[in-house]
Amino acid sequence: MEAEERLDRTPAEAEYVLHLYITGATPNSSRAVRNIKEICELYLKGCYELIIVDIYQQPALAQQEQLIGVPTLVKKRPGLVRRLVGDLSNRERVLAALGLPLLPDSNSESNNG
Amino acid sequence: MLPKVRTGIEGLDEITEGGLPEGRPTLICGSAGCGKTLMGIEFLVRGALEYGEPGVLMAFEETAEELTANVASLGFDLPALQAQKLLRVDHVHVDRSEIEETGEYDLEGLFIRLGYAIDSIGAKRVVLDTIEALFGGFPNEAVLRSEIRRLFRWLKEKGVTTIITAERGDGTLTRQGLEEYVSDCVILLDNRVIDQITTRRLRVVKYRGSTHGTNEYPYLISEDGISVLPVTSLKLEHEVSDQIVSSGIPALDEMFGRRGFYHGSSILFTGTAGTAKTTLAAGFAHEVCKQNKRCLYFAFEESPQQLVRNIRSVGIDLEPWLTQGLLHIEASRPTMNGLERHLVIIHKLVREMKPDAVVIDPISNLINVGNMNEVSSMLTRLIDFLKVNDITALFTSLISGGRTSKLDATEEAVSSLVDTWISVRDLEGIGERNRGLSILKSRGMSHSNQVREFIITDQGIQLLDVVIGPAGIVTGAGRLTQQLQAQAQALAVQQELERKDRELERRRRVLEATIANLRTEFESVEEELRRINNEEQTRQQIFSQGQTSGVSEMLARKADNQQHNQ
Repeated sequence: MEAEERLDRTPAEAEYVLHLYITGATPNSSRAVRNIKEICELYLKGCYELIIVDIYQQPALAQQEQLIGVPTLVKKRPGLVRRLVGDLSNRERVLAALGLPLLPDSNSESNNG
Repeated sequence: MLPKVRTGIEGLDEITEGGLPEGRPTLICGSAGCGKTLMGIEFLVRGALEYGEPGVLMAFEETAEELTANVASLGFDLPALQAQKLLRVDHVHVDRSEIEETGEYDLEGLFIRLGYAIDSIGAKRVVLDTIEALFGGFPNEAVLRSEIRRLFRWLKEKGVTTIITAERGDGTLTRQGLEEYVSDCVILLDNRVIDQITTRRLRVVKYRGSTHGTNEYPYLISEDGISVLPVTSLKLEHEVSDQIVSSGIPALDEMFGRRGFYHGSSILFTGTAGTAKTTLAAGFAHEVCKQNKRCLYFAFEESPQQLVRNIRSVGIDLEPWLTQGLLHIEASRPTMNGLERHLVIIHKLVREMKPDAVVIDPISNLINVGNMNEVSSMLTRLIDFLKVNDITALFTSLISGGRTSKLDATEEAVSSLVDTWISVRDLEGIGERNRGLSILKSRGMSHSNQVREFIITDQGIQLLDVVIGPAGIVTGAGRLTQQLQAQAQALAVQQELERKDRELERRRRVLEATIANLRTEFESVEEELRRINNEEQTRQQIFSQGQTSGVSEMLARKADNQQHNQ
């Protein structure tokens, strides 16, 4: 199982730092991983750092990161820290929380299953 | 028998008959300020310190620092326990504004945190304080409810004994209906203000698979944590003593079949104002100390100094006992504390001092604090507590005066609890007022049926001998009159006796004189007779002499003749 996965295109000065906490290969977690990867590719190509953590593997992190609901995406940068709880399938909300403009072409497939 | 885990909280284990259900969740609900969090923390701390069971505290509302500071005043040292790996505190920060729902999720994060905390110290006890806070952070109630249900099932599977605290709802036990999920044991805490005095109460609403005390039990948050007070009143089975203690007044002891009270029994003095109840009580305390035993005196009316001064005026000096530490006077206003607080103070002092006797003067003042039922239940528990500890208890109670013989409420409440009941009262007669004392009951020994008048002298209380007049027992001036009359009568009788004695003496003397006369007469007659007798004798002698001489003359002549013939 993926313990920690780095998809860092520009590790030095990544504009967006995102941490996704998941619990193994549960449906919610798998969906969340798929969704965040798609969003990053579509909207943040080349300027993000995404870390995916399986908290089953690192339970101590759960307390440290104040996790309750899983999956949780924590946006560390830019701006204020935000927590996005859920499988990230509500793309409008995800983008709003990340402070990204909604692209017209992606509007139709906000709920990909 | 359902396995139970002792909470270590004073009194709670008695009510639940052994503690909380082992390995199952227990819900503690109550309104704000009831001490839910404290009860949870005490459960963990006692578990760690007294039963060696590590515990996890998951706090949703307060941070670890806040909790540590809050319970430090109760002597709970959370950081030390954490360092010893006996406790883990995990503050779960729930903030709605930071959370954005973006799709489906579950609360696995909470499970992992809890599971990790439990496994890291091998916890046996878990407290979730207050899990309802999650409802404020997560808008999706359906998910929350199913997850909470799953959490409780998961905790059960883990075999940890859990306390879940919850805020009391409107008309329901908890605001979010958590009682639906936690159905093994539910404890309700309540905070009620009656007549400006707050009393906290605890009730076990439900305990699956076990019997439990069903009443509402008052509890307190004291310096040592939570203390639920029934505690000993659940059963009537204490050891009894056959020893006798003196009342301090020899004449009063005489009124009892065994010359005193049983050690460890409870004695009640009731009386109207000014009938020397306090003096009697102090006299008893004095006597106890004189036997080199300890006495604890609760004064609800007078300060210790005032009490000592006043009692000294009747010749009882309590000062030496105070300095020797045999006597402790605890004075406080009844209204200063709630009833339960009073009870706790009494419990605490009794435990500290371990007295042989306790005096409470008076219990009737406590009615100012609570209503009759509460006072009655408090006194029941107090008397039980003292009995179980083999302490002689003496109470005084002020009863409303008046001519009606209706018993006062206190008396009704207490009289069935006490073993010995002595009534002191005014015996009001013509223009004066005297004090009378009688024994209304005395369990386990015979007692006098008389109403004894007593007076307070400089040498203490003295019971006067019973004076019976034509119309029964008389007291006061009547007693004096009666005594004077009796004295006059006795004098008359005495004089009459003396007169009779003198008469007898005279008669004796007359008779003696007569006897002397007769004797003289007899003597002269005797003399006469003796004389006649003598004369007769002489005459006879002479007569016989004469005869003898004639014969000898003849014989002499014969002899002469013979001589001549030879």
